[in-house]
Amino acid sequence: MKKRIVLSPYLMWSVFFIISPLSLIFLFAFTNVDGNFTVSNLKNVFIYSDVFLASVWLGIISTAICLFAGYPLAYCVSRTKPRIQKILITLIAMPMWMNLLLKTYAWVTILEDNGLINKLISFFGIERLTMMNTPGAVIFGMVYSFVTYMILPIYSVLIKTDKNIIEAAQDLGANQREIFFKITLPLSVPGIISGISMVFIPSVSTFVFSRMLGGGTNLLIADIIDMQFLGSAYNPRLGSAISLVLMALVFIFMGIINSFDENKAEKTMIAL
Amino acid sequence: MTKLSRNKIFIIFFSLVLLLLFFLVKNKYITPSNESNQVTINVYNWGNHISDGSSKYLNVNAEFERRTGIKVNYTTYQDNESLYTKIMSSGTKYDVIVPSDYMVAKFIEKNMLKKLDFKKIPNASTIDEEFLNPSYDVKNEYSVPYTWGVVGIFYNKNLVDEAPEDIDWDILWNPKYKGRIMMFENSPRDVFGISLMKLGLSINTKNPKELEMAAVEMAKQKPLIKGYVSDQVFDKIGIGEAALAPYYTDAYIVTSGVENVGLVIPKSSTNMFVNALCIPENSNHPEEAMEYINFICDIEIATENIKHVGYCTPQRAVREKLNPLVSQNKELYPDKEVLAKSHVYENLPDEVNSLMNDLWLKTRVSGNESSQKFIFVFSMLFLIYISLLVFKIIKKRKENCT
Amino acid sequence: MLIFLYLPIAILIIFSFNSSKSRALWSGFTLDWYKMLFSDKEILEAIQNTLIVASVASILSTIIGTAAAIGILKLKKWPQKIVMGITNLPMVNPEIVTAISFMLLFMFVQKTTGLLEQGIFTLILSHTTFCLPYVILSVLPRLKQINFNTYEAALDLGCTPLMAFWEIILRDIGPGVITGALMAFTLSIDDFVVSYFTSGATQTLSISIYSMSRRSISPEINALSTILFSLILILLLIVNSREGKEKKEKKQINKSSSM
Repeated sequence: MKKRIVLSPYLMWSVFFIISPLSLIFLFAFTNVDGNFTVSNLKNVFIYSDVFLASVWLGIISTAICLFAGYPLAYCVSRTKPRIQKILITLIAMPMWMNLLLKTYAWVTILEDNGLINKLISFFGIERLTMMNTPGAVIFGMVYSFVTYMILPIYSVLIKTDKNIIEAAQDLGANQREIFFKITLPLSVPGIISGISMVFIPSVSTFVFSRMLGGGTNLLIADIIDMQFLGSAYNPRLGSAISLVLMALVFIFMGIINSFDENKAEKTMIAL
Repeated sequence: MTKLSRNKIFIIFFSLVLLLLFFLVKNKYITPSNESNQVTINVYNWGNHISDGSSKYLNVNAEFERRTGIKVNYTTYQDNESLYTKIMSSGTKYDVIVPSDYMVAKFIEKNMLKKLDFKKIPNASTIDEEFLNPSYDVKNEYSVPYTWGVVGIFYNKNLVDEAPEDIDWDILWNPKYKGRIMMFENSPRDVFGISLMKLGLSINTKNPKELEMAAVEMAKQKPLIKGYVSDQVFDKIGIGEAALAPYYTDAYIVTSGVENVGLVIPKSSTNMFVNALCIPENSNHPEEAMEYINFICDIEIATENIKHVGYCTPQRAVREKLNPLVSQNKELYPDKEVLAKSHVYENLPDEVNSLMNDLWLKTRVSGNESSQKFIFVFSMLFLIYISLLVFKIIKKRKENCT
Repeated sequence: MLIFLYLPIAILIIFSFNSSKSRALWSGFTLDWYKMLFSDKEILEAIQNTLIVASVASILSTIIGTAAAIGILKLKKWPQKIVMGITNLPMVNPEIVTAISFMLLFMFVQKTTGLLEQGIFTLILSHTTFCLPYVILSVLPRLKQINFNTYEAALDLGCTPLMAFWEIILRDIGPGVITGALMAFTLSIDDFVVSYFTSGATQTLSISIYSMSRRSISPEINALSTILFSLILILLLIVNSREGKEKKEKKQINKSSSM
């Protein structure tokens, strides 16, 4: 009887604020203004298929960069002494606590045509680069903001690796490379997977970077959704349909990525 | 973890919360709240559209609060359409809003504005008569003009070598300035408007063919564009981020002492705008809102305000008080002949608006080369996935065999 | 890598002392922006709103979430799976989808009943909701380690259930609860997307930074970020040094306490 009492506020809360809002998205996506059932909203989503492709593309690139930059870093950190490890991880995690918009704004001042980088390289007589308002800048913003989400789960899996296995392998004559590819890497798959999902999902569904660093020339899914709800193309029904497709995309992605890992990535999310 | 450490973290956390609470309470004390039931009005205005104390001029909202005891919750939006959709979709109850001409007409059409009681806004009598009974509010019942201006082309004098008299809309299509042109996009209508004016068509056209022609122009222009921005134009031109950008004429270029920025009113034709103070139908405090509007129209206050905002004033008495460099400037306060060639946006039917939106989105989305690359990479990833799956199955079978 | 991570923050800090408004040229030292920050009512109010929302949402979500975690642990297998699935939804869902779902909900409720005008109240509701899973997920692992026999024993020895809960269970899950609460607090302060869609006319810090960035940002914001950053730095340093001391005492490494 006690479990009912402690659980009931949460159950009520989740019915009100998790389930009913999501059902409203379904409701809006499948009805027209008169409240009748329709699939035309979903059909109209295909007008934006290019935007979807572009967003997923940017998401994949930034996830890949995060992985290839984050993994070696997490690996190096996990090899250092526990004391230094602690300091390094705190240092890596700290920028995560800063306001995302502030950090992105700081990059604007660094990357723009008369920003710090261009000031610096023009000092050396190199012609200035156009970095702002390009897809590159958007990817850059994503990588900067989300790379920590890649490093931390990988790191937390790596330090839990049983040292005995590695020592056993060494005793059996395995070299460093073999140890890495045959033991460390396979064992860190859960960390990689939760890292990938923690980077990819926010990357495909953000509009902060495309607005602030992309100059509005690189529209992403989230921009389109925003336009349907608070922007010039006011149409919440189409916006709901787009969100529904985005949601479906994310769940398919999660399904695929989780199938790589029998132990489910959630565990490492909890470990965080 | 031991009990000791837990307590310590507890203490740190709670002391932090206490600190925050102290901060909050302190803040409450700073803002005088002598009246027991203080009224707060929600004012929703364009960005950079009021004197907020960030320059040497009067902080208008603070002064209003000081004089009346009414609190102002001041927030900003970037474009007319966001204003409209915010009210439509969030149901937020604002008390004073500042839509532009065609949006005022749209609000009136949808019965979303309150009729103003001009007895309570005596200062509205100082508005010049050419701004009374405008096309968007024919009977002058719902709106009080706040600022006006025309759309001009701003350019960086160091980066643009054309003579000012040669600058017209088509310079924004000149490949010479590739990557150095910024378009302002407060609304799709702004972008369409400029393309339509370049083609010599009416900015209020309802003809789908003409709109499509404009969309073709926009597509041609897109590769040259550095970015579609709203209020950052000055910021970017002043520091040389962009060479050319159409924007609302603003006294900032005269008063700020920025020498490298020039302004041209295109001779062919241009767009004139009026931003007007209105009260939404669902306002909770219409009386206080009218008091606010009246306060804004006060000559002294309006002068301070316009000096900061930089757009043109619809009040002659205010204009006379401005720096002659501003009030006599032909670009800022154009002659009658120029104004005769400029057009105000009219409210368009919903289907024209949605056609415009569709065309605009298509233009912005098009020309993305990434989709082909994407399909390639995606198929590669898919192949890898399949092969991994196959690999796994084979491995499992082998394990089962042994 | 660390340089890459800290470069923008360093830039923000350096230019908060810059005497001109320029974002790329250094023209002298000043503290004016700090003075302006503390007299800018709009920003102060935004900070105030942000803190109110963050503290109320984190307290609410900690209480509901901790209770829920205890309940979830005692559920049978299938109900547990379903509830956990629902809990994970807001975490897996893209933030913008969560945000617009809230917006639709508040809009819908307002149209049908006239209640829930968007403002600080709706902000608290939505923030509490997206913080809940994080609280639950940080409390659950600790709960699993608890031996409930102690709790039963306390009851047998005459403790009231509430006292037994307070003395036994909360003592053991305390660190998890605190981690959850801190996480909720920072998530709420940092949040932009959900606030953007559910704030109505209320300004929070993220929203005012966003609307400023669409015009031109005043260096006051640099000053603000310097203050925020130093606060975080101090907090983390305190927590770390305390933990370090303890470890020396206990000579035992406890991994789960690392944030």
